[in-house]
Amino acid sequence: MNYLVNNFNVVAELFLQHLQLTLAVIFFSLLIGIPLGLLLARIRWLRGPVMSVLGIIYTIPSLSFFVLLIPIFGLGTRPAIVALTAYAQLLLIRNWLVGLTTIEPAVLEAARGMGLNGWQRFWQIEFPLALPMLLAGIRLVALSSIGIGTIAAFINAGGLGVLLFQGVITANYSKIFTGALAVTVLSFAANYFIRYLEQRAEFRIYGKRI
Amino acid sequence: MTIEMISSSAETIETPVSESGEIVFEHVSKTFATNSYPAVDQVSVRITAGDLVVLLGPSGCGKTTLLKMVNRLYEPDRGKIWIGGKEIHTLPVNELRRQIGYVIQQVGLFPHMTIQKNISIVPRLLGWEEKRINDRLEMLMQLIGLPVSYLPRYPRQLSGGEQQRVGLARALAADPEILLMDEPFAAVDAINRERLQTELIDLHSKLNKTILFVTHDVEEAFRLAKKIIVMRAGKLVQYGSPLELVTQPENEFIEELVGSNNILRKLSLVNVNSILKARENQSFYTSKFQPVEKPSTVLHPEDDLRSVISLLLCSGKDSLPVKDSEDQLLGMVGYSDLREMLISNLPSE
Ligand SMILES: Nc1ncnc2c1ncn2[C@@H]1O[C@H](COP(=O)(O)OP(=O)(O)O)[C@@H](O)[C@H]1O
Ligand SMILES: [Mg+2]
Repeated sequence: MNYLVNNFNVVAELFLQHLQLTLAVIFFSLLIGIPLGLLLARIRWLRGPVMSVLGIIYTIPSLSFFVLLIPIFGLGTRPAIVALTAYAQLLLIRNWLVGLTTIEPAVLEAARGMGLNGWQRFWQIEFPLALPMLLAGIRLVALSSIGIGTIAAFINAGGLGVLLFQGVITANYSKIFTGALAVTVLSFAANYFIRYLEQRAEFRIYGKRI
Repeated sequence: MTIEMISSSAETIETPVSESGEIVFEHVSKTFATNSYPAVDQVSVRITAGDLVVLLGPSGCGKTTLLKMVNRLYEPDRGKIWIGGKEIHTLPVNELRRQIGYVIQQVGLFPHMTIQKNISIVPRLLGWEEKRINDRLEMLMQLIGLPVSYLPRYPRQLSGGEQQRVGLARALAADPEILLMDEPFAAVDAINRERLQTELIDLHSKLNKTILFVTHDVEEAFRLAKKIIVMRAGKLVQYGSPLELVTQPENEFIEELVGSNNILRKLSLVNVNSILKARENQSFYTSKFQPVEKPSTVLHPEDDLRSVISLLLCSGKDSLPVKDSEDQLLGMVGYSDLREMLISNLPSE
């Protein structure tokens, strides 16, 4: 605890870095994952191959993935964001796809029959109905990025992992403890916040159920 | 025989100049890629504006496929469809669909939208003003018999029957000339189904929309239809009024389907008034008058002969007086009339 009290500014800055990294990963994951998921929802035969590729990416050990990307993206946050975004696709798309494909067919048929065009069907019907699952996916992405993101400190991406690595090298247990505590707080906060959004989205569709 | 019939019905289809609610199918065929047989096979038929027409036939005979080609959820391989004299492909597809109400068995209400939003979705797409939408909402709720306090509720808070009423209101929201209904009451329990059927008849007589109603339920078809299109294996087998189907079935399939041999069904399709009229034509109605000693049971011109039988049986008499709404005696009708009616061909209405 001593470490946290004496170096609050340092810890706060690393905390913010970690948050930024996580937000960047969520942003880029959505940028790729939402259209890709939509594509898979429309074109059934693409699902198998794409999901297996994402599965294979997900199994690459994180430290080696970071290091492998250094020749392309150099050191720092860029290879970290790229690797974490690549991992995130499996978690995000699997959930988003479930959300999109479990919408009652009658609902979509009614929407088509009433003359909503593709864009209107997406924004007014499919997106809100698949939103709880999308948020569940985002929550998993956030939690896994916060966790694996600590390792990214190894390639100079900053974040709370810095405290852990430095603490281990210098055998500073107070530093290690502070780092671990801060990561845990961030994880809990992210989990709680996104779960709250999820419940709100669910409530609109299913009513009082949770 | 069916081939002859189709070619003859095709001749009756001339250049389609018509009222906006008219639907014309001309040699419409559709085969799904996964099937070797056609789902709809050379169907030609003209549906008069304002009629409630039922598409009847066993499951898998192509009713849904034919219906969905009207609002272009399916595209025909061959043939043309006109509504109100316009070939349906001359309009942008979504514009066409917004002009046609569509009701399906599973209702398909949007679960994340209130009843109000569900119903007003097409008017909103069409850019109606808020005031007009609200007036319309109120009017529609009254029409389907639900309180306006339901407007802020969600579909999950309504019973199955209520949801289907909302589905109907949603389809009617932008005041379309044509309503397509695909087995809308099939998933509703028997009591509610009958109520919904009655309401639909009522609503049809008020609104004068062209309604194309799909069902595999013969009873339902006979309750609702002004005219019935009977389909089998993708082909139109017969198109006629319920009475025509019963009295002049095109073939054994129709005979079996509609129960042409069913005396009670025959009787239920004719009312007292047509007996009185038939008698007028033969001008022997006065001879049927009998002295009356204050009978308690009275028939009305609009009673069907099926209920006449039960009234006769209950009263224990051989004939009963017919009175109009002003209590004016119109004549007597009894067992002998029913017998005559069944022996001779039934009069058309
Ligand atoms: N989307 C589809 N894809 C392939 N075959 C279909 C499709 N829809 C209907 N069919 C087939 O077309 C035929 C007619 O089906 P349908 O119009 O649904 O009949 P109905 O509504 O009278 O029960 C059936 O043989 C059915 O299996
Ligand atoms: Mg069907």
